[in-house]
Amino acid sequence: MVLVFAESPRGQFKKSAFEAVTYGKKVADALGTSCAALVLGTVQDAGEIGRYGASRVLHVSDAAFDQFDSQSVAAAIAEVAKNNGATVVVLGHTSTGKSVAGRLAVRLDAGLVSGVNSLPSSNGSALRVKKSVFSGKAIAEYEISSAVKVISLMGNAVKPEATGSAVAVETISVASSKGRIRVKSVKTQEGIVPLPEAEIVVSAGRGMKGPENWGMVEDLATTLGATTACSRPVADAHWRPHHEHVGQTGIAIRPNLYIAIGISGAIQHLAGVNNSKVIVVINKDAEAPFFKAADYGVVGDLFEVVPQLNEAFKRFKANS
Amino acid sequence: MKLLVCISQTPDTTSKISFNADGTEFNAAGVQFIMNPYDEWYALVRACELRETLGGTVVALNVGPAANETTIRKALAIGADEAVRIDCDPKGAGYVAKQIAEYARGENFDIIFFGKETIDHNGSEVGAMVAEHLDLPYVSYASKLDVNGTVASLERDIEGGVEAVEVDLPFVLSAAKGMAEQRIPNMRGIMTARTKPLKEVAPVPFEDAAKAVQFSLPPAKSGVKLVQPDQMDELVRLLHEEAKVI
Ligand SMILES: Cc1cc2nc3c(=O)[nH]c(=O)nc-3n(C[C@H](O)[C@H](O)[C@H](O)COP(=O)(O)OP(=O)(O)OC[C@H]3O[C@@H](n4cnc5c(N)ncnc54)[C@H](O)[C@@H]3O)c2cc1C
Ligand SMILES: Nc1ncnc2c1ncn2[C@@H]1O[C@H](COP(=O)(O)O)[C@@H](O)[C@H]1O
Repeated sequence: MVLVFAESPRGQFKKSAFEAVTYGKKVADALGTSCAALVLGTVQDAGEIGRYGASRVLHVSDAAFDQFDSQSVAAAIAEVAKNNGATVVVLGHTSTGKSVAGRLAVRLDAGLVSGVNSLPSSNGSALRVKKSVFSGKAIAEYEISSAVKVISLMGNAVKPEATGSAVAVETISVASSKGRIRVKSVKTQEGIVPLPEAEIVVSAGRGMKGPENWGMVEDLATTLGATTACSRPVADAHWRPHHEHVGQTGIAIRPNLYIAIGISGAIQHLAGVNNSKVIVVINKDAEAPFFKAADYGVVGDLFEVVPQLNEAFKRFKANS
Repeated sequence: MKLLVCISQTPDTTSKISFNADGTEFNAAGVQFIMNPYDEWYALVRACELRETLGGTVVALNVGPAANETTIRKALAIGADEAVRIDCDPKGAGYVAKQIAEYARGENFDIIFFGKETIDHNGSEVGAMVAEHLDLPYVSYASKLDVNGTVASLERDIEGGVEAVEVDLPFVLSAAKGMAEQRIPNMRGIMTARTKPLKEVAPVPFEDAAKAVQFSLPPAKSGVKLVQPDQMDELVRLLHEEAKVI
């Protein structure tokens, strides 16, 4: 059985949970087995996750899991994996997944590969998976040879497929749900898709000249339903909040579409965005290094190009 | 306070990455190696700051060959009091975590610091593994850390937000941007680093069940398609029909 940990912080499944179950189902099909989803804590409609391909939904509804602690979560997943004879455990490569995956691997004596972006291939009883390494500059294929294998899935690596139907939830319990970390508060920006989950990102750099000019970037993002990001000097100068900073020192993202406005494309910036599926660069300098990493480019003054691009997207949205 | 900072050595971000002919090994020729940035800028510096205000010892630990000693000396120059090197080839996250855990067990560290990830393997795996080996709480991607007596208050980055937590010592953390500001070692630091203790420890056997077996370079971009600045409808059409991303 392939066991997928479906994250549901604050009572709602994350996009990464839908991706992980979709992936888990494909792995299960390839291995000729079934896929089960594990849900921890208070959730409105746990059965919904079944639509992404889990034939069983196991729910530990204990509210102790509403406060995240990697130790209790890893213990719970390991216990359920053992009790159900799971051979592969899948998690999202998220803030939660990164805290849990290593612990889980130790508990299960399992080989771990994190941030995987492809379906596995079998090599006898071993599995082979690929991930991006050296900050996007290379690809590594790993072989996992242990009886139980742990895989964490990179965000936006598979598209969630809600092709199945909701599943009757099996309520189960685990030996201990007690964590040692005391969560004091959780602050999230409401109504904005978090950068690591965003499918379209509109990002701008020092070419914007100053924070007062960001209106056009936000307008473009609104038209596209995109999340905004920025280069490091922009965050360092407090033109934009720090959580928007992408790159080697900031957040690494892999959206379907990354629009870079007035960003030169330094290697440390590329390290966080070069896994984007499609990159559009708008820069007045035809020699800007970013054009080498781009799929589409516009050599021009961003103050003219960005409003025009926004109007063009609006026309497109109106007609489609 | 007894603080352990785990430092890894990675190729500099700007290095050109290449592999041997059959793609089984990283080609280190001509590559400049550095201390993994997150270990250096955030974890090590915050540990040194805490030692400066609360007293105690900062130990820098590297799992790696003798060639890594330049990087280890840099950690001492920045402010670690002593260093330990576990003498082996750091084969993979599981192997490295086992070495660190076996060393730290019985040393009674109050806080064990990691970087959020290494910039070569991009794993974010080792810290969580060590925490599990030692049965300690783990706070990942911590962007703020304060210690008051036996209680630590932290903020950690989560998707689209921040979580504030409290935990009793001892515990394990991984450090992200915000925890501290980069420090450039000064002349005095560099001089004293030469005489600070650097202990060598033998590794324990461990078989890692996950191994990198094949490396490759990503397919080269086919080249940028330029669109004239007054042709934005054409760019939208390409993104829709050709790239299929909108
Ligand atoms: C160790 C280290 C880590 C780093 N980490 C990061 C990181 O995580 N993220 C990051 O982003 N950077 C990082 N940097 C910094 C990085 O090296 C670059 O300095 C930075 O990315 C440059 O930001 P920028 O492109 O916004 O600014 P600039 O390099 O100043 O580029 C501005 C661009 O805007 C263009 N421009 C100007 N005016 C216009 C106009 N009117 N219309 C169109 N285009 C215009 C210019 O041609 C230029 O290409 C790091 C650096 C180091 C040393
Ligand atoms: N060889 C090593 N020696 C000491 N610490 C390491 C080593 N490799 C990784 N680490 C630590 O583990 C963290 C996470 O590494 P990783 O799991 O590879 O992303 C790094 O930021 C370091 O703090």
